[in-house]
Amino acid sequence: MWLDEVNRKGGLLGRKVEWVLKDDQSRPDVARTLYEQLITVDKVDLINGPYATANILSAMGVAQRYSKLLLHNSFGTPRLAKYDMQFPTSGGSGDPENVWPNLVFSTVAAAPRPPKTVAIVTSKFPSLHFISLGAREAAKKRGLTEVLFLEYEFGNREFGPIASRIKDAKPDFVFVGATGLDAVMMLEAMKKIDYQPPMHFYMFPAPGPTAKVPEARGALAFTTFEEHPPFTSNPRAAEFVKAFHERAKQAGLPDTAVDLHASIAYSTWQTLEAAVNGAKSLDDKAIAQWLRSNSVDTVMGRLRWETTAEGPVNYVMGQDLYKVKQVQDGKWVVVWPKEFAGAKVQ
Amino acid sequence: MPSAALLGQSLLAGIFAGALYGLLGLGLTLSWGMLRQINLAHFALVFLGGYLTYQLAAAGFDPLATLALIAPAFFILGVALHALLARFKVGILNTLLVTYGFTVMLESLLQWIWSADYRRMDSHYGAVKWKVGELFVSLPELITLAIACATALAMWAVLRYTDLGKALRAIAEDAPMAAAFGVNHKLLSLLLSGLCAALAAVAGTCLALTYTLAPSQMYAWIGVVFAVVMIGGLGNPLGPLVAGLAIGVSEALTMAITAPAWAPLVSFSLLIGALLVRPQRF
Repeated sequence: MWLDEVNRKGGLLGRKVEWVLKDDQSRPDVARTLYEQLITVDKVDLINGPYATANILSAMGVAQRYSKLLLHNSFGTPRLAKYDMQFPTSGGSGDPENVWPNLVFSTVAAAPRPPKTVAIVTSKFPSLHFISLGAREAAKKRGLTEVLFLEYEFGNREFGPIASRIKDAKPDFVFVGATGLDAVMMLEAMKKIDYQPPMHFYMFPAPGPTAKVPEARGALAFTTFEEHPPFTSNPRAAEFVKAFHERAKQAGLPDTAVDLHASIAYSTWQTLEAAVNGAKSLDDKAIAQWLRSNSVDTVMGRLRWETTAEGPVNYVMGQDLYKVKQVQDGKWVVVWPKEFAGAKVQ
Repeated sequence: MPSAALLGQSLLAGIFAGALYGLLGLGLTLSWGMLRQINLAHFALVFLGGYLTYQLAAAGFDPLATLALIAPAFFILGVALHALLARFKVGILNTLLVTYGFTVMLESLLQWIWSADYRRMDSHYGAVKWKVGELFVSLPELITLAIACATALAMWAVLRYTDLGKALRAIAEDAPMAAAFGVNHKLLSLLLSGLCAALAAVAGTCLALTYTLAPSQMYAWIGVVFAVVMIGGLGNPLGPLVAGLAIGVSEALTMAITAPAWAPLVSFSLLIGALLVRPQRF
């Protein structure tokens, strides 16, 4: 989408952009090889990051070796990012283990019946696990009693006993460090034993399938963008939503809504465009220097980068662009922070 | 201390999971133990069966009735696979490599047709569950348990009591000698391979009834089902069911009492134990 838009406007620095796309099969070893190929064989001018922490780490190693700028948008453990020419564009902070759990607990504190007890269940997928450990600390500081803490292997198929243990613990709030299908499988397991948690949160569920499950009513999750004001009050964002719907429908996608992943991916391209135009150069070092000194307005908000003594390179500490959304009437809607909310938290 | 309800529900969850392990392992143990083929593509066939069930159910067919179409089609696929492996005289270890290649191809096919997005079959079976005391029993899982038991017992009875079964066991023990006694081992091997593929279709339907489908998920089952097959004894049709139930229950109780992350430790510890205690079975 971004490619068509930017080429319609004449490309970058007067040159049309060609996108060389390769499939890393979600495997870090393949990602590493493909990035080597892109740089040494395809000889691309610029590279863009892959999806998810492990693959981004692989790509980062290659980018560092060849002094290439790397923009990325799904890196879950910022302190592992040591390379000074990597720039996150997901809107996340340098301390998500602190910021994200507090965002969630602030959300549920605003609910009609704020929880007193919490069950924390997490996948051992590295970034999810790391954030969930932060949730344990945050819960303690906020005076919540942890009634259950469970870890399960990434790729776990069987959630029956886990659901039974959650039901047995009777928490007011269930915090699940889950990604993808885990949320759906957890909800199905809970449905089988007639258990509906009073309040529940799933870190990064597959949004379309999760919202469709009736048991997901009231489920909370992270987001950076949803299709309602004030997000869609931004004209660029509104255009993006319209164009995304058309393209998603043409592609036959089962879910055509713009949300977290679409917005962070688009923001990466917006960042690249702004930085190349700002630096008036395709030189990686010049673009990196421009990014360190400037901010970029994207569909999900303003991105900026700074490096402090206590934080990872190019990450803002203590705050970010993430929000909390909730399934209400079968749709996701932002419920916290209030200034971005499309509805009250239920 | 876990409550009785938690332990009881976990035990049930383990039994149902174990039944599915057993059903998944049935076709694999027969092809491995009797045809000397380690068919990794079995898992891809299971998922193909699951996806076809999902697609036909979306078109209005009853999920269980879809087996009337899918199982015979898979039988033909199984026959074709064995014909190919036999034609090139592929040895047992090489069948692992060749069928791994088929697995990758089938996974790509699944992804091409249905995409990498998750698919969940909606069926009227899913809405049915019963409360027995404090415990919940859902119909799809009960159906899977019933089918797993029925198919395992049926295969055991065929192999034990019928002439066909005796012929198959003779081929497994010594094919040339069986041929000398008039057993058409080539034809029977083709039939058995077809049957194993049809069993994969049955497992796929049960998988679609109870789990959400995604192409990459097929690899998540390989480890535990291999453990189930090896512990149950190669070629023993009841073995995967018994081993599956043992592993399923052990995993579920481990998840209920200790840490869920330890559950994979259970199946592989049991396998290592079985290998150490009775290595001659393998």
